[in-house]
Amino acid sequence: MAKIVYQRPKSLKEAVFHYCPGCGHSIVHRIIAEVIDELGIRGITIGVPPAGCAVLAYNYFDVDMIEAPHGRGPAMASAIKRSLPDRVVFSYQGDGDLAAIGIAESFHAANRGENITIIFINNAVYGMTGGQMAPTTMLEQKTTTSPLGRNNKLDGYPVKVSEIFSQLQGVTYLERCMVNSPANVNKTKKAIKKAFQCQINGHGFSLIEILSPCPTNWKMNAVNSCKWIDEVMSKVFPPGVFKDDIPAATKTAEVDS
Amino acid sequence: MNKVLMSGNFIICEAAIRAGCRFYAGYPITPQNEIPEYMAEHMRKAEGGIFIQSESEIVAINMIAGASAAGLRAMTSSSSPGISLKQEGISSMAACELPGVVVNIMRGGPGLGNIRPSQGDYFQATRGGGHGDYRTIVLAPATCQELADLTMAAFDLADKYRNPVMILADGMMGQMMEPVTFKKPKPRIYNKKFMLQGAGSGKSKFIRGLILDPIDMEEHNWKLARKYEVISKKEPRHEEYNINNAKMIIVAYGTAARIAKGAIKRLQNNGMNIGLFRPVTLWPFPEQQLRSLSAKVKNYLVFEMSTGQMLEDIRLALQGYADIRFHGRPGGAVPTPAELANVIARIYERTVK
Ligand SMILES: Cc1ncc(C[n+]2csc(CCOP(=O)(O)OP(=O)(O)O)c2C)c(N)n1
Ligand code: SF4
Ligand SMILES: [Mg+2]
Repeated sequence: MAKIVYQRPKSLKEAVFHYCPGCGHSIVHRIIAEVIDELGIRGITIGVPPAGCAVLAYNYFDVDMIEAPHGRGPAMASAIKRSLPDRVVFSYQGDGDLAAIGIAESFHAANRGENITIIFINNAVYGMTGGQMAPTTMLEQKTTTSPLGRNNKLDGYPVKVSEIFSQLQGVTYLERCMVNSPANVNKTKKAIKKAFQCQINGHGFSLIEILSPCPTNWKMNAVNSCKWIDEVMSKVFPPGVFKDDIPAATKTAEVDS
Repeated sequence: MNKVLMSGNFIICEAAIRAGCRFYAGYPITPQNEIPEYMAEHMRKAEGGIFIQSESEIVAINMIAGASAAGLRAMTSSSSPGISLKQEGISSMAACELPGVVVNIMRGGPGLGNIRPSQGDYFQATRGGGHGDYRTIVLAPATCQELADLTMAAFDLADKYRNPVMILADGMMGQMMEPVTFKKPKPRIYNKKFMLQGAGSGKSKFIRGLILDPIDMEEHNWKLARKYEVISKKEPRHEEYNINNAKMIIVAYGTAARIAKGAIKRLQNNGMNIGLFRPVTLWPFPEQQLRSLSAKVKNYLVFEMSTGQMLEDIRLALQGYADIRFHGRPGGAVPTPAELANVIARIYERTVK
């Protein structure tokens, strides 16, 4: 009998992604959907897509979703979770959305220890609006609003969300991942699953930062974008677990599930 | 039913909780701090009640949107500068057709202004306030009893039309103490199909304001416009006082209407017949009701604690039908009834007969 090695996750609708070829959003959508399937939580999951390239995420995820204004996802997600504590609530956000206009929302949701999960796509640019400088843009990186490269004297420094948020007592689980190779995609999926599991077990706030290629605005092909994450981006934003306060008793169960 | 003595801001909270509001988020600002303070204690005591002191007014309104989508009756409150910040969320809730109640205890402006009672936010409240083609229902209480009744009504209207509803009062109303009776709230009528609670084993749904196709967006705008049309026909409310035999009518709302009533009583003793037309809904504005008065009475004086904002709606209703004068006290200045009576008397002498 033939073994099925690839199949559309049930929690993804039969729709073609509008994302550019090589875009990290598509990969992350897929692995979130796989995790939702594997945890069997499609019927109790509520997602909050951002303003950003992922604004149409509700066309792809086959779970209940409500769009948040730019940056406000964590506010909405907090309120939904408080209103419906037995649902699984996640907010999906870009770097502009989370670390610029919505820094207060994400910071304070984390600090309150809201029992939600934030999936944070760090692609070092404002993808949707055409590649402007983001809070996570690298020094020297050229964007449409830093045409000579990001200049720390004038534009400040890349915001290290995982490093900063891991200092907050309200945060339970925080990991930075990458989706630039099959191995890293698998790692990212594990992290997302762990974060959802953390929420399901009532352990509190989790955030997964994902270094994610934007070939279009980086003006690179897909392969070079993946290389750039390895060679440049991950040097400024090193991957790893920044915080893991999940009580030990539940830890093994999660990873195996 | 028992009468209790309470101050305005507390009355709003108590009425909201009794009306089944189970989610409140807000950020401190004078002169409405009694609202989050009361909610912190009493909302958390109510069964299933959620109180969050949010990190900003922007967050508070987006929390209201989230709780509302999840199916709860939800409210936020603020005062003028904070209401400016809420406009993004109010526009978004109107777009997504999410019910919710927003309380504005107005203070002097523009900018930080001051913390005195004022009516400078009429335009912002009645013209939508945020971006895009939408409306919010605006209720303007003038007594403590009305604060209770209209707060309850606000939740019913928000659910009925799936639209944000604003209670527009000012610092004076918020601090004022009067006896009040909390009536029995109506049972909630709101279809579960509008709630976002997880798809279960059924089809998933989404709530969104982004509609990229201009034809679809146009259709959505017209759909909202048809709803606003129904509201304009069915929901205007107003109060008439001393209208019979009136030679002149004062048009005022909220605190200004209370002052006007005091002034009218004084002038009555001096033999002047003056009536009061008080819009209770500022949007929809009771335009037809006001215009129909112009068949009998030809002299109108608009009094506002602003430089003249509702005045524009009164012109739309009465221009060409009657003589319209204006008296305003912006910036947190509140005249006494005696002071206003002098102003009215002068205008009465000049214009009537
Ligand atoms: C209040 C507001 N300001 C600006 C915008 C325009 N806008 C939409 S998405 C976006 C930035 C998106 O960048 P990011 O969050 O990094 O997401 P990406 O597209 O890169 O995934 C901006 C500025 C908006 N929708 N709302
Ligand atoms: S612009 Fe960048 S982030 Fe947006 S879809 Fe294209 S590749 Fe992805
Ligand atoms: Mg981005």
